[in-house]
Amino acid sequence: MTKLLKSRELLLSGIIVLMIAGFATRAQGFAEPGNLVNIFNDTSILIILALAQMTVILTKSIDLSVAANLAFTGMAVAMTNAAFPDLPLVLLIVMALGIGAFLGSINGFLVWILQIPPIVVTLGTLTIYRGMAFVLSGGAWVNAHQMTPTFLNVPRTPFLGLPILSWVAIAVVLGMGFLLTRTPFGRSAYASGGNPVAAVYAGIDIGRTRFFAFVLSGAMAGLCSYLWVSRYAVAYVDIANGFELDSVAACVIGGISIAGGIGSVAGAVLGSLFLGVIKNALPVIGISPFAQMAISGVVIILAVVFNARAEAKKGRIILRNRATHEATA
Amino acid sequence: MNAVAPMIMTTPLAAETPILEMRGISQIFPGVKALDQVSISLYPGEVTALIGENGAGKSTLVKILTGIYRPTEGEILLDGQPVQFPSAQAAIDAGVTAIHQETVLFDELTVGENIFLGHAPRTRFRTIDWRTINARSRELLQQLESDIDPTIRLKDLSIAQRHLVAIARALSVEARIVIMDEPTAALSRKEIDDLFRIVQGLKRQGKAILFISHKFDELYEIAENFAVFRDGKAVGHGRLKETPQGEIVRLMVGRDVHDVFPKVEAQIGPAVLSVQGYSHPTEFRDISFELKRGEILGVYGLIGAGRSELCQSLFGITRPSAGRLTLEGQSVEIRTAQDAIAAGIVYVPEERGRHGLALPMPIYQNMTLPSLAKTSRSGFLKAANELKLARQYAERLDLRAAALSVPVGTLSGGNQQKVVIGKWLATQPKVIILDEPTKGIDIGSKAAVHGFISELASQGLSIIMVSSELPEVLGMSDRIMVMREGLMAGLYDRSEATAETLVRAATGNA
Repeated sequence: MTKLLKSRELLLSGIIVLMIAGFATRAQGFAEPGNLVNIFNDTSILIILALAQMTVILTKSIDLSVAANLAFTGMAVAMTNAAFPDLPLVLLIVMALGIGAFLGSINGFLVWILQIPPIVVTLGTLTIYRGMAFVLSGGAWVNAHQMTPTFLNVPRTPFLGLPILSWVAIAVVLGMGFLLTRTPFGRSAYASGGNPVAAVYAGIDIGRTRFFAFVLSGAMAGLCSYLWVSRYAVAYVDIANGFELDSVAACVIGGISIAGGIGSVAGAVLGSLFLGVIKNALPVIGISPFAQMAISGVVIILAVVFNARAEAKKGRIILRNRATHEATA
Repeated sequence: MNAVAPMIMTTPLAAETPILEMRGISQIFPGVKALDQVSISLYPGEVTALIGENGAGKSTLVKILTGIYRPTEGEILLDGQPVQFPSAQAAIDAGVTAIHQETVLFDELTVGENIFLGHAPRTRFRTIDWRTINARSRELLQQLESDIDPTIRLKDLSIAQRHLVAIARALSVEARIVIMDEPTAALSRKEIDDLFRIVQGLKRQGKAILFISHKFDELYEIAENFAVFRDGKAVGHGRLKETPQGEIVRLMVGRDVHDVFPKVEAQIGPAVLSVQGYSHPTEFRDISFELKRGEILGVYGLIGAGRSELCQSLFGITRPSAGRLTLEGQSVEIRTAQDAIAAGIVYVPEERGRHGLALPMPIYQNMTLPSLAKTSRSGFLKAANELKLARQYAERLDLRAAALSVPVGTLSGGNQQKVVIGKWLATQPKVIILDEPTKGIDIGSKAAVHGFISELASQGLSIIMVSSELPEVLGMSDRIMVMREGLMAGLYDRSEATAETLVRAATGNA
């Protein structure tokens, strides 16, 4: 049992499988491959944003502006597509990545150079980026008929049994796995959050590491902005409202320590899938959307409690010694 | 280290019975015996000076007396009755109060709130009674001959005024036993005189005072009794006025220093590092020295003398405001830790937990953190190379771990220290700065660390060793630099350095 507990990813996978099996008894066809593919596809955007969020959290920071960044960039890309239907899609995606990365770099700059706490910076830019989306669009919507068919259809085109959207998520998962475990940047991210002081002493520039984490997070939000707008075939100021909290929740459920330095790509993916399964299952088994929000909230708090307990265990050697002290005292 | 110093018993202590007596107190932490069968008595109306080097066990004793630690064995007698202090509140209720070296106060609260935090008087309706708080605070401060307004915020006070608030806080409870842990460290001479007047007042009120300080002149001025601790043992006590200072220093340091820390003679080569006129805006000024190949330079001084700050700026953590650095004849400029590591200067910090290791990360990743450029290939990490490098140093340092992939946090303290040292050796440095390399580890492990430091020197590394432990500095160093209040107070050859000269230079007691 302790071994199993040690591998949080395994435990979480088990819980997800049990949940799917449980829901399948109430809703026929829930565990069918076709539905599972749907759930995964539905969760793809959350997976990408959770991985971006995780990179930031690893460095002992947080990015609350991802969803606002997504909304602004999505609006910009959708309006460009509507205004210049002849621009190739690749260019629009590069533009989305670029705008997203730029907005992320503003966060990173404020955190790095001005040394403002990340939660304050991104709480501020959250409202700024949303406001910019309003200013840009004047509050107007960009609807499906204004967008080109290519723009709308590419992410949902099936390829080897999965929509392109799912493949993009899989590619990002693999890319992030590589980035975090095989590059000096990834190692710096873990070290900066695991012990910032030790990281400085080891010659790591934690400010720069955080800056790049924010840029990466912004670029991923930009990528997601295109995926989101094309998936829902609409762009308006309030898209993905509150989604930043989902990305944080996915990380927390996946065992990424909010204090930084601990977490894995698999954890973030499983945390996202966990939320994705719940979101897809609750309407199917006839639970109202309001109860869904409450249930999601309960699950998140349970995950935090579970995490806190797991992290407290690391100190158990000391605590046990203290306990024996007191027993013998 | 088994050198047994003779217990000296000068004239019997005052005939009065002690208010508080600690008998046969031991405090054992995992792997460390912080206190070993110590006994100490505190008498009404008298000041007892507690003397000892850093790590001698003074702070542990204070923590037991204030209910923060529970002793592993031994008993505490209050007015002859055995008592226990299971919590800080229990100690306060028993009349023990402490003024800590670093005052534990709250910047954003008012003076009155600080004084009465935790035991604020209440009104009939169980709300905070501000009128009483402010009136009593004013009274307490007047006793201390201060007219600080109790309603202003603490952050608007000077350091010395804050100290007065801390003392007022200690006196706000009905205290019979007052512990002062280096209360003069941050004070000017005039403020010290004021403090001593307060202490005299406390004596007249019949309170027993435990006074911890490194400054002998002050102790002789204020204290009646003394107790000397060394390596967790009480090695002597008596009447202070009848005991010469030399005797106290001898008790503090122990004898036969050079026998206890046998230094392996290393081949001393040409100068490797030359530091000229190094200065920092606030911490140290005009430090110059040379370090030769294979040499161990000890840096001795009291806490706050600027030793760690100097080393940190040599390592690029803070930037000096002036000064030049020459490494093997080349002028170098160190702006960041990366620069220092690249130049071949590394720093093993004092607090390995806080500064040394990322505890959630695997052993091998901690070890290779400063050497990633070496183990990576075309910008990508190579786990195989990292493991190879880590294994090499794990073997060399005899690191005991289930696997190199387990988190460092699961290792024992001694093994964590090995990971820190291995991490820096893996960068193949020319100069290694060790900040308090044996702080907080037991005597047995100390010997191993000392052996290892000697070995490094004999392999041609140049070592700067910051240490507050006289035997260690005297036993291990080829030369010793003493710092006091940010200045160089002396540079001694091994042959001319004695415990007395170092202590005099460090404390300024000529």
